[in-house]
Amino acid sequence: MVNEKITTVQQINVHTVPTNKYKTNTLVWKMKAPLSRETVTLRALLPYVLQSGTAKYPSVKQLRTYLDELYGATLNVDLAKKGENHIITIRIDVANEVFLQEKTPLLEKALQLLADIVLRPAMENGRFVEEIVAQEKRALKQRIQAVYDDKMRYASLRLIQEMCKGEPYALHANGELEDVDGITAEQLFQYYQKTLSEDEIDLYVIGDVQEDAVLQAVTSHFSMPSRNVRSSGGTQVAHKAPEKVNEVVEKQDVKQGKLNIGYRTNVTYNDDDYYALQMFNGIFGGFSHSKLFINVREKASLAYYAASRLESHKGLLMVMSGIEPSNYEKARQIIEKQMEAMKNGDFTDEEITQTKAVIRNQLLETIDTPRGLVEVLYHNVVSKRKRPMEEWLSGTDRVTREDIVRVAGKVELDTIYFLTGMEGAE
Amino acid sequence: MKKMVYEQLQEQLFYEKMENGLDVYILPKKGFNKTYATFTTNYGSVDNQFVPLGKTEMKRVPDGIAHFLEHKLFEKEDGDVFQQFSKQGASANAFTSFTRTAYLFSSTANVEKNLETLLDFVQSPYFSDKTVEKEKGIIGQEIRMYDDNPDWRVYFGVIESMYQNHPVKIDIAGTVESIAQITKDLLYECYETFYHPSNMLLFVVGPVDEQKIMQQIRDNQAKKSFPKAQKVERFIYKEPSEVAEKKKVIPMHVQTNKCFVGIKAPSVPPAGKEKLVHELAFNVLLDYLFGKSSPHYERLYRLGLIDETFMYDYTEEREFGFAMVGGDTSDADRLSEEVKQILFSFSIDTVKGEELERVKKKKIGAFLRSLNSPEYIANQFTRYAFNGGSLFDVVSVLQSLTTEQIGEIAKQCFCESQIAVCQVVPKEKK
Repeated sequence: MVNEKITTVQQINVHTVPTNKYKTNTLVWKMKAPLSRETVTLRALLPYVLQSGTAKYPSVKQLRTYLDELYGATLNVDLAKKGENHIITIRIDVANEVFLQEKTPLLEKALQLLADIVLRPAMENGRFVEEIVAQEKRALKQRIQAVYDDKMRYASLRLIQEMCKGEPYALHANGELEDVDGITAEQLFQYYQKTLSEDEIDLYVIGDVQEDAVLQAVTSHFSMPSRNVRSSGGTQVAHKAPEKVNEVVEKQDVKQGKLNIGYRTNVTYNDDDYYALQMFNGIFGGFSHSKLFINVREKASLAYYAASRLESHKGLLMVMSGIEPSNYEKARQIIEKQMEAMKNGDFTDEEITQTKAVIRNQLLETIDTPRGLVEVLYHNVVSKRKRPMEEWLSGTDRVTREDIVRVAGKVELDTIYFLTGMEGAE
Repeated sequence: MKKMVYEQLQEQLFYEKMENGLDVYILPKKGFNKTYATFTTNYGSVDNQFVPLGKTEMKRVPDGIAHFLEHKLFEKEDGDVFQQFSKQGASANAFTSFTRTAYLFSSTANVEKNLETLLDFVQSPYFSDKTVEKEKGIIGQEIRMYDDNPDWRVYFGVIESMYQNHPVKIDIAGTVESIAQITKDLLYECYETFYHPSNMLLFVVGPVDEQKIMQQIRDNQAKKSFPKAQKVERFIYKEPSEVAEKKKVIPMHVQTNKCFVGIKAPSVPPAGKEKLVHELAFNVLLDYLFGKSSPHYERLYRLGLIDETFMYDYTEEREFGFAMVGGDTSDADRLSEEVKQILFSFSIDTVKGEELERVKKKKIGAFLRSLNSPEYIANQFTRYAFNGGSLFDVVSVLQSLTTEQIGEIAKQCFCESQIAVCQVVPKEKK
């Protein structure tokens, strides 16, 4: 189904997926390190500085001009949390020249550019260019602040902060605002050298390619410094059962209230019960046939969105919904009732069959895009538990009603967060 | 069934017009798991005044009714169609734009069954007073969600500022007050006028057998009867060429300023290749001026006036066309002025041939990338078809664009009368 070949060269795990589904070829570079207060902001800044210039193309303008010449190759970076890991991703997507009148070998050039970006950055005085670092510090502050203006994201972020207080997971993938100003070009450059030496690095190459040609190109372009990789040894779960449910209400000048509820699932990607947890979430709130959508939206007409999602490596389940502020109690009761129903096994065989079909469909659709495919495959790197695609499908199919009820029994309510309007204020 | 081959792109497209007037296109995509199908009517939020089927007089309907209808079509006497799709392992959805309403599903199994469900649910409306009332609560929350979203507010704010009469200035979902006036009879009236097969297009893309799928669609359509096709008569709004207001400021509870500069095209070609040329020339021009490799982008970024949210985009449908440039900014007034300055001081004579070639190359690469996406292919093909053009002409039109065509756009649009600015700024603390 997915032909993934993994070979380690230069201490980079190179994952090659040959396919001719696409009109473009995709490169995804991932660097993984533990999430920590000391490094979170440095790490959030680093890929943005790297994508601002290489030794050969030392400014954004020059680098982007070169990308345009490569038939508009795209370059983007982002940061993510997977459990207590902080992951840097750099992606390049480039047209396959087979579909052009031009015959330049674009993939080879893209690989070379990726190597330049991660290994040969623009520098001055033995460190990153001051001006680039200053610009990207400013952009990082804006990025962190932007969350505040998107209430859906803001409410999700606040729930995590409240729920995981004191755990690394409470940190934001984009770093902490108060740390940004203090970062210097020198300090960032030292951190960069450390990540190159210590991070776990995975490179995915997806498209019209052969593994041996990819390995050869990686060997010739990626001359890595001597490496001393610190393996994080799979997902760490900070498992804390809440003694008393944590309730947080925050007031802002908003028209719609955001009710977000966090649970600990006590099951992660590493566990045998993982597929049952996926099924649990699917019946409870993952889809438009799920209990939350049906009961909060369709039956009670309280919300436009009401859904749940999982954080697979940390073991969290998050419910989110947008409601009229005065409907708080009503919505909360309906959500809690759906959770009770799950724990009591109050769901039909039809809901089980339906959810299996939808999960299967979702997985197959996800791996139709290069980006989705990499994200699915990367779970195996983060968790150290290898789940081939076929196992995802058969594993989900095998889940029984008893499995789902058992998993439901492990799910514990932790925090209720409500962002609401300022009644009467103004 | 007609077959079209696009050799350079290595794609084949199959087409047939059904007896009832429905246009059907099938694009087989080997190697993909997913089949994606859209069933789209040439009917959107701007169609708020028209002669209902079988009537003779123009009628004004409540704002937001096309979108409301989209929501309600999923509900049937025996339940919700979403449920049926998910039982068949599909994920279904729909969207309403200014000029289109699309119903769609994607699935990796039971494609025939899901296709049958799609065709049948869209072609058998069931509206009741009770379900119409219930929907008002849900859509009311959807509207509230957008009310709190500064990106949406600034986007629609610019459109509102640009247009004096044209209903493109009205929010697609309407308002809580306007949707309160919607009744089941009004929904039926809109449905019968705009959901005639001759006003619709079906697109199927995925690992399918085109012969089998086309036969299935023929059989499905042959079972149903429709009144004789009639051309829909829409009200033609008289829109002055200049913008309605030059500047709008929306105070909101935000931390970051948002600023967009809108550029209103005084007129656009009505349809066909000419329209495609116009749209692509506008896009190339914007890319030339504001792309990441442009000197202007570099300067604005260095000044701290723009960040990664900076975007530019051109929308052209039927008789309207407008561009937007902007994003989050540290100084909304300064950014507005800088962008205007860039537009007003632009001269086509300074554009070098190689720079233009590079922008074209970038656009061609981006087009290839979008062909990785079945969603893009189906939605954009439909959009171009409704505008009398073809998605698969994009590369050849891009290649043949001339500096004169691009210069003409700047001449028409880059002047004070065509520019409107909208800003979202933090509310003053009292």
